[in-house]
Formats: sequence, structure tokens, C-alpha cells
Amino acid sequence: MSFEEKGTWAYMIVVIVVSGIYFASVLSQVGQVSVDEIKYIRPLITAIIATIVATIAGYIVAAISAPSEADKKDERDKDIHRFGESVGFTALGVMNLLPLGLAMAEVEQFWIANAIFLAGIVAATISSITKIVAYRRGL
Amino acid sequence: MGKPTKVTNAIRPLRFANDEMTQAELADKVGVTRQTIIAIEQGRYSPSLEMAFRIARAFGVPLDEVFRYPDNEEKRRTKS
Repeated sequence: MSFEEKGTWAYMIVVIVVSGIYFASVLSQVGQVSVDEIKYIRPLITAIIATIVATIAGYIVAAISAPSEADKKDERDKDIHRFGESVGFTALGVMNLLPLGLAMAEVEQFWIANAIFLAGIVAATISSITKIVAYRRGL
Repeated sequence: MGKPTKVTNAIRPLRFANDEMTQAELADKVGVTRQTIIAIEQGRYSPSLEMAFRIARAFGVPLDEVFRYPDNEEKRRTKS
């Protein structure tokens, strides 16, 4: 497995785990209290920072486990990255219809902010899966 | 994605003909990762023209001794 593929795995796992924890902790409050009272901003920012930090940690672990392959990136990695990002961008465009619709419906900011976050999570996951499939089965 | 390339290659026999060159050694000569050499060998990735030339140069042979593309001569003859 190449260094970049390991990094892609790390990113995907971190995104799924961190967003899973975030949504489980925040959405579990829905129904118990009014959404206006749910304090989601700090957990949301924490989740974003945690995703960045944990992904960097994942890359560091990958580099330590195979130092000779660390930071090696060739044109196949770049092609796969480009392809995965283009698929992820399309997914983000489609997913963004959700917060747009919610904003038009003038629902609470809580739902709009979380829908934007969800769109980013889904797009990142689809992009990562696309890259991993390209690494495994070919581009 | 996942569609096998029509380009075939003779990298594996050429590696063995060149003192059993390993995939890692070829990757170093070409300046790519070992995984990319594996993907090209298995037909899961079509290299750029530049990378193809670098691979051919690593073996010291012309490009068409490494890579082949099935010609459509037969198809054209059938049509006419």
C-alpha cells in the first residue's frame, strides 16, 4: 500500500469516526431540548480541528511505519487524487442542496449548520472511497 | 474506473531479462512508487507517455518493446 493510499484510509476513518461521535453527541439532544438550546458550535469546531489533527497523526504513523515510502507521491497518486476530488466535488454540490433547501425553508440555524457539515462529511467519504477503489481496482 | 486498459506491457519479462530487476529497483529508476509499477504491470494503470518513455529507457529498449496497443487493422479490413 502506497503512502498516499494509507493517508487516504486514515482520512476516511478519521472523518467517519469523528463525525459519528459528533452527530451521536449532538443529535442525541434533539427531542430532549429545543434545538435553539443545543450547544453545537464548540463541538462542531472541535470535530473539524480533531479531524485535521487526527489525519495528520495518521500520516505521521504511516510515515513511521514505512520510512522509505514516506512522502513519496507520483503521477498515479496525483491522477487518483484528482479523480477522487472531482467525484467528491460533485457529491458536495448535490449534498449542498440540503442546507440550501433548509435555508429557504427558514429552519433553525442548527439544522442548516449541521446539514452543511453533513454535506462535507458525505463528500469527503465518497471522495476517499473513490480513491481507495481506484488504488485497488485501477483508474 | 476499474476498466482494464487495452495497453499491454512486457515489464515483467523485461525485468527478468535485466538481471531479475525487482519492482522496487525499477520504481527507483523510473522515479515512481513500487505500487505504481505493480499497477502498470497488472494493467490497472496506464502510465503517461513520459513515464512510459522512462520505463523503456530503464530497460534500454524502444517504447514499443515495452508497451503494445492492439491495432485496428483487422477491424478496418473487415469494414472495407
